[in-house]
This record gives sequence, structure tokens and C-alpha cells, in this order.
Amino acid sequence: MLHLINKSPFERNALDSCLRLAKSGSAILLIEDGVYAALANATHAEKIIARMDDFSFYVLGPDVAARGLSDTPLIEGIDVVDYEGFVDMVAEHDATQSWL
Amino acid sequence: MNEFDENAPAIVKRFMYVNRRAPYGTIYALECLEVVLVAAAFDQDVSVVFMDDGVCQLKKNQDTTGIGMKNFSKTYGALDDYDVEKIYVEKESLAARGLTADDLVIPVEVLAADDLREVMAQQDVVISS
Repeated sequence: MLHLINKSPFERNALDSCLRLAKSGSAILLIEDGVYAALANATHAEKIIARMDDFSFYVLGPDVAARGLSDTPLIEGIDVVDYEGFVDMVAEHDATQSWL
Repeated sequence: MNEFDENAPAIVKRFMYVNRRAPYGTIYALECLEVVLVAAAFDQDVSVVFMDDGVCQLKKNQDTTGIGMKNFSKTYGALDDYDVEKIYVEKESLAARGLTADDLVIPVEVLAADDLREVMAQQDVVISS
């Protein structure tokens, strides 16, 4: 399963719910305001770092750049993908779940 | 003397705009910025607060070419041209995101919640978005 998070972890609990309910081995892609969850020095970083063994984490590069975060440390181990990579991920997984 | 008397002393109220949303994910940030710039033309006592995800509106180096949206972060520089000089950022919100005042596109006054609370309490009108 590919999980999509498009809400800021500071404002909504989409990431928390996803981390609680996603099956081990799932991919989690942070897009739009969800990319704030990838900030290495933010209070929410520990939530993702603690689950690195369970999930593979990705973040959408254009959304990172739009928010001025290209110069800001992101959590080590989160892979940055572009729109083509996003499409590939959707195609590779049998299903996609959006945590709106 | 009535409210339509041009010679009557102008009533100046304290207006505070509180930004709590990140840019781009929703339209709130851009809409609030436009409201502030319009309101600034009315010679009122205007202050602008950035807190919670609102501090992300001011992050330097925004590049929206990849998402096909207008980069409005440069427009915050116009606040000074409109004589909007009271720009406050909540210290705790910056820290929670690993940011500092150096990461922001404009000079701001960083206030701890204990101090921002006092400024908020002095307002006549508080508009939140």
C-alpha cells in the first residue's frame, strides 16, 4: 500500500493515524503541507524516525522547494521524489490510500 | 460633529491579523496577506502575527516553479512599504519547526507566548486565518 499524507502534522493528525494503521512494509509519501513532517529539527521528527524500520518514507521535492525547505535539513532516510517518481510509486503499488 | 464630518478626529482602532496556516496547501495565507495590504490603506493601527504553521509563510527560499503556483512570499516585503511595521512571530512556533528569525524573508519581532499574549489582549479587533 502507498499512503499519501498531505496535511501538516502540526495542524492535523493524518500522519499519526497513518502511522498507527498502516501495515509494516508500506510506503508513505509526504506531499503538499505533509512535507513539514520531514523537517529534521522539528518536534514531529521523532515520530517518523521511530518508524523507519517499519515503513519507507518519501517526500515530494517540488512541494519541499515551494515551501522554502530545500535548504533545510530533512530527516535522514527520507527519499525525495519528483512528480515522475510519484507516478511510478502509484503504478508500482497495488493500491493508494490518501489520509485527507 | 458626526461620523461623516471630515474634520472630526479620526478613530484609530487596533487591528491584529493572526496567521496560523502554512502557505500553498490552503488559500488562507494568501487571502490574509491581501486583506492586510488592503486594510493598511485605512490608516489604522495594524499588527500582523505569524504563529503555528503561519510562521512557514515567511520561510526564505520558497521556489514554487515546480508546483505551478504563485510564490507570494516576496509580497511580505511590501508590508513595510504600507507602513505595517508591527510584525510579530511567536517564538515557540519557530522553535517547534526548527526555524529561527534568520530563516525568514522579512525582519520580524520574535515574541514568546507570554509577551504575545499581552499584545493580543490590547487589540480592538483580532482577525484570524
